[in-house]
Amino acid sequence: MMSTREAFGKALARIGSEQSIVVLDADVSGSTKTSEFRKIYPERFINFGIAEENLFATAIGLAYSGLKVYASLYSVFVLKAYDQLRIIAHDNLEVKIFASHSGLTNASDGWSHQTVEDVAVFRALPNFKVVVPADAVEADSVTEESLSVKGPMYVRLSRSESPIIFEKGFKFELGRGNVISEGSDAYIIANGNMLSPAIRAVESLKKEGISAGLINMSSVKPLDEELVIKAARSSGAVVTAEEHSVIGGLGGAVAETLSKSYPVPVEFVGIRDSFGQSGKLEELFEFYGLTAENIALSVKRVLERKK
Amino acid sequence: MNREEAKRLKELSYRMMIDVLQMTTEAGSGHPGGSLSSKDIIAVLFFKIMRHNPKNPTWEDRDRLVFSKGHAVPILYAALIEAGYLDRSYITKLRKFGSPLQGHPEWNPSLMIEATTGSLGNGLAMGNGIAFAGKLKKKDYRVFVLMGDGELQEGTVWEAAMFASHYALDNVIAIVDRNGLQQSGPTEKSLSVEPVAEKWKAFGWYVQEVDGHDVEALYDAFKAAESVTSRPKVIIAHTTKGKGSLIGEWVTEFHGKPLSKAELEKLLPQLEEKHIEEMKEIDVN
Repeated sequence: MMSTREAFGKALARIGSEQSIVVLDADVSGSTKTSEFRKIYPERFINFGIAEENLFATAIGLAYSGLKVYASLYSVFVLKAYDQLRIIAHDNLEVKIFASHSGLTNASDGWSHQTVEDVAVFRALPNFKVVVPADAVEADSVTEESLSVKGPMYVRLSRSESPIIFEKGFKFELGRGNVISEGSDAYIIANGNMLSPAIRAVESLKKEGISAGLINMSSVKPLDEELVIKAARSSGAVVTAEEHSVIGGLGGAVAETLSKSYPVPVEFVGIRDSFGQSGKLEELFEFYGLTAENIALSVKRVLERKK
Repeated sequence: MNREEAKRLKELSYRMMIDVLQMTTEAGSGHPGGSLSSKDIIAVLFFKIMRHNPKNPTWEDRDRLVFSKGHAVPILYAALIEAGYLDRSYITKLRKFGSPLQGHPEWNPSLMIEATTGSLGNGLAMGNGIAFAGKLKKKDYRVFVLMGDGELQEGTVWEAAMFASHYALDNVIAIVDRNGLQQSGPTEKSLSVEPVAEKWKAFGWYVQEVDGHDVEALYDAFKAAESVTSRPKVIIAHTTKGKGSLIGEWVTEFHGKPLSKAELEKLLPQLEEKHIEEMKEIDVN
């Protein structure tokens, strides 16, 4: 078990020898784990205090000057700086945002510290790439790969620890999904913290004689359209699963692709147009239907529609 | 500064004013008022203070100007034309489809447009970023940030002000174009920004106040700012909206409304006459 933010913090300290990297913090480096970088490269670490708009406006000037900016703060506070994020997007700047405490993972803090809409916001911003890694191994690889990604990028990280899914040495590729398991009746396309429950859903469906395939789609933008279409063509039904609003996130991206290229029935597992609240993480995932049981039910529902 | 130098800058300021009026009238929109209140500041910066090279615009050691009051960009475009970054034919290209002369500035270092602005309140922080990078890279370029006075109502200005003094960014020189007016009227009626100087002082800045149309006073203020180290500097330049254009001065409607072609044609000879008088005055004084 390890959180994606912790994996990012370690990886950032590792790639930090690249002299053009500057790391921006809004007084949360202990939480975001950029403190690891700060310990080694204090001169390239800038604390802005609690001033997120100023952080991102300054990031613009740093990026104009040829520096590679890594900004890490709670995802909900990244969104405070929307005006500045638009300029970063417009100018296609080298600003990589690794947002921790995203989704519901800041569980007990409640809705003011949780994000259900961040993926939708960043998908809609031109030039931004959007990535939702599923485990610590993938988060590590995303951090390393981000050095060669051109332009702005939003990476969604979790506060909570999660099981390790990928083997050491796994390499993330922007715009590419990974087939976790093949299936013939339907495909589940999941990312982030929904990948683990999706694996369990596949197993329980198997026991009932249903062959569901599973794809990890951490790269929400650009989406691996080819793989999405292939899954729809081979099985004829798709279920998406994400720890995010069903509006505008992974489900939206998959549905947009399929409706124009290969329409099949799609069911969406995600948060139903509402905000989060305080509670234990398991309680919240249960309440919002972010469970293996609900994914399995959604597969059965989509199979009904397929007939 | 000697008399010839002052006359040269006033001449450039006059030419940029005519450029601005022609550009905005041609475009049928734009912000001539706020452009003209900045004309002498821009003249002194572009043609006397800043180190830059139109033959090598992306020269790494050049001084940067972040044009934070983006709506006044016609005066920047006029300076680019007068300095030779842009061909004079661009006078007809303001706000036209496909033109680099967008309604508000877009980052384009090869044209000496150092930042994308238009949404007020961001330029100072952008300038801080460029200045911080300069310190990291051990470059001695300076970053000038031109702000509007209504812009001081944006909270981000003060976040950036706090940041610049915390990190002792003495390579940042901000200029507040204090023309006293914003879209709906006097700043003090919309949301008072006074006491402006005291606010900047409280944020740890070196503060000067000057007549923003007196090129010699502006030059002296920039020179005085150069000798101050360990903290950022701001020059509060007291100006007149629409300065020099006769009909525009202190008229709020001039903020976002250009002259018609007929109005401009009638005005041009009067402006020239006034300009000749003013140049004579410099000789007398």
